[in-house]
Amino acid sequence: MKLENVLAVKGSRIETCALTDTVRDVIAHLKAANVGALVVVDGGRPVGIISERDIARAVDGESNVPSLPVQSLMTREVVFGAPGDDVAAVLDTMTANHFRHLPVVLDGELVGIVTTGDLVRAELDTLRGHVVTLEDQVMAGGGE
Amino acid sequence: MSGAPNPLRVAIIGAGPAAFYAADHILKQSSSAEVDMFDRLPTPFGLVRHGVAPDHQKIKSVVKGFAAVATSPRFRFYGNVEFGRDVDLAGLARHYHQVLFATGAQTDRRMNIPGEDLAGSYPATEFVAWYNGHPAYRDEAFDLQTPAAVVVGVGNVAIDVARMLSLEEHELAATDMARHAVAALARSQVRDVYVLGRRGPAQAAFTTPELKELSELPNVDLVIDPAEAALDALSAAELERANDPVLRRKVELIQSLATRPPAGRPRRLHLRFLVSPEALIDDGHGRVAAVRLARNELVGSETGSLSAKPTGATETIAAGIVFRSVGYRGVPLPGVPFDTRWGVVANVAGRVCSPETHELVPGLYTAGWIKRGPSGVIGTNKADAVETVHAMLADAEAGLTLDPAQPTAAAADEYVRRCCARPVSFADWQRLDALEVEAGARAGCPRVKFASVASMLAALAGEGGPAGN
Ligand SMILES: Cc1cc2nc3c(=O)[nH]c(=O)nc-3n(C[C@H](O)[C@H](O)[C@H](O)COP(=O)(O)OP(=O)(O)OC[C@H]3O[C@@H](n4cnc5c(N)ncnc54)[C@H](O)[C@@H]3O)c2cc1C
Repeated sequence: MKLENVLAVKGSRIETCALTDTVRDVIAHLKAANVGALVVVDGGRPVGIISERDIARAVDGESNVPSLPVQSLMTREVVFGAPGDDVAAVLDTMTANHFRHLPVVLDGELVGIVTTGDLVRAELDTLRGHVVTLEDQVMAGGGE
Repeated sequence: MSGAPNPLRVAIIGAGPAAFYAADHILKQSSSAEVDMFDRLPTPFGLVRHGVAPDHQKIKSVVKGFAAVATSPRFRFYGNVEFGRDVDLAGLARHYHQVLFATGAQTDRRMNIPGEDLAGSYPATEFVAWYNGHPAYRDEAFDLQTPAAVVVGVGNVAIDVARMLSLEEHELAATDMARHAVAALARSQVRDVYVLGRRGPAQAAFTTPELKELSELPNVDLVIDPAEAALDALSAAELERANDPVLRRKVELIQSLATRPPAGRPRRLHLRFLVSPEALIDDGHGRVAAVRLARNELVGSETGSLSAKPTGATETIAAGIVFRSVGYRGVPLPGVPFDTRWGVVANVAGRVCSPETHELVPGLYTAGWIKRGPSGVIGTNKADAVETVHAMLADAEAGLTLDPAQPTAAAADEYVRRCCARPVSFADWQRLDALEVEAGARAGCPRVKFASVASMLAALAGEGGPAGN
């Protein structure tokens, strides 16, 4: 199973924001789109990612967080995936390194974003598919 | 109060596993819904009949469950009716509240290398469809008068193809392989089959049982180079970290088979790792004579996924026939929004949508490989179809359907018969099925398949059986 299989289900829709958007804008956008992170783009290029977690961390001890610009909180060292990456390996890496959103890039173009939730679901669907296939065979009397 | 039309009338395009799982769920969840299922072929079951390998009859037993769905009085099958050729969206929208597309993924991806279109180079799907008796591929001719064949890819389809190229005539004849294919493979000169994996043993997509089966073929030496079976440091670390017993068992089997000395059997199946075809080489007459391979090493990416990178070393394998099995792609359906990037009908959880705006198209749905791409096994289509059916029933409840002028079974039947000269019903299929199984009993195999639409229609008219078509 590869990231492209997950994106075929999920689609290429990506929620983005600009460097100069405020955290308030971001929160409204996250809520409206019902997602946990936005990709920050500058001139069409992805330059960072801002997640609920980045905001939650900034709030600690800060009062003016909602009016800060995105660029002051975003994660700049973004890990990007490729459509041909293996889901299992990517999931291991995301879990080990504690990040939950992975933008996917093909030939320099953003083509989607996957979350650990999407990847867990994909792995689970695969395993359940095997169980159903084996059970169907057994129930049809085709099992040994 | 429910806004659902009563009865809810549903057209399903395609009669593969996704279609049957969906029909089953619709009929169980609604006590009044009516389902008409269409397939371009006279025969139902999609890739279970025309994809799954002929020597894997146990897997094909899932069709018993599908046939049980067809016993519902609220179900009709219209085989030999193609969406886009015979029936279309405008016509269906006059008689159905909902249309579900479950047409599967129909073409192979290309390798994009020089020589790919030389004679002797084929998509594996065509070979599979041919040996499984798909009527559209009955007249393909594969030139097997060459000592060596190359199969590109290490997924289950590649392994099936390699196995079919390696079996003896009596082994093939005992399966439900199309008789024309048994005859052609019996004359095959191929004795060496090379199966090429781009990456290493830890990344191969085949399963342990599939590999074990190859290792147990009585007339075939399975040849694996111990150096290629050894794990590089990155794969070893991945295996360690993943702690996945299924993967570990597969790698261990590959490595132990690599140490097995060849027994001097008449055929050899070479399972290669860390090689990619770089070019197919012309014999001077427009035919494949050889395949030039790039040797690869694995490199890690930030995401932890390992990919193949050419080391610069190359080698050449002489082979007169090449099958590529590097993935499938869906084919767009006339008038149905398509996501060209991922090769699927554009959808959100089974509801068809615009690929650009994601705006939903009321009344249209999708399931199976054309919804999610070619991944998973037969059973994966069940949860996938159930997800779509949930959306369909919720939308029907909310009154969000097509608005058919004549939503009756009789009017729909009349429409289909106007569009198609000879639709094939499920009862018709059961007659064909019985004839195939009978012919099989005489021939000592599970069934002898009808290999052309004409011979099926003739048999339904009382003229002849599957043999000799
Ligand atoms: C070679 C091969 C071997 C496989 N082996 C196995 C295996 O051993 N075990 C396993 O679990 N899975 C196997 N699979 C996977 C399994 O076959 C798929 O998961 C499953 O068939 C997908 O179901 P589907 O209903 O989406 O598509 P399909 O099975 O492809 O069904 C689609 C149907 O739609 C029809 N159709 C297409 N276009 C139209 C149109 N325009 N109008 C009307 N009808 C149309 C087609 O004729 C076909 O009957 C294999 C796949 C392949 C390709």
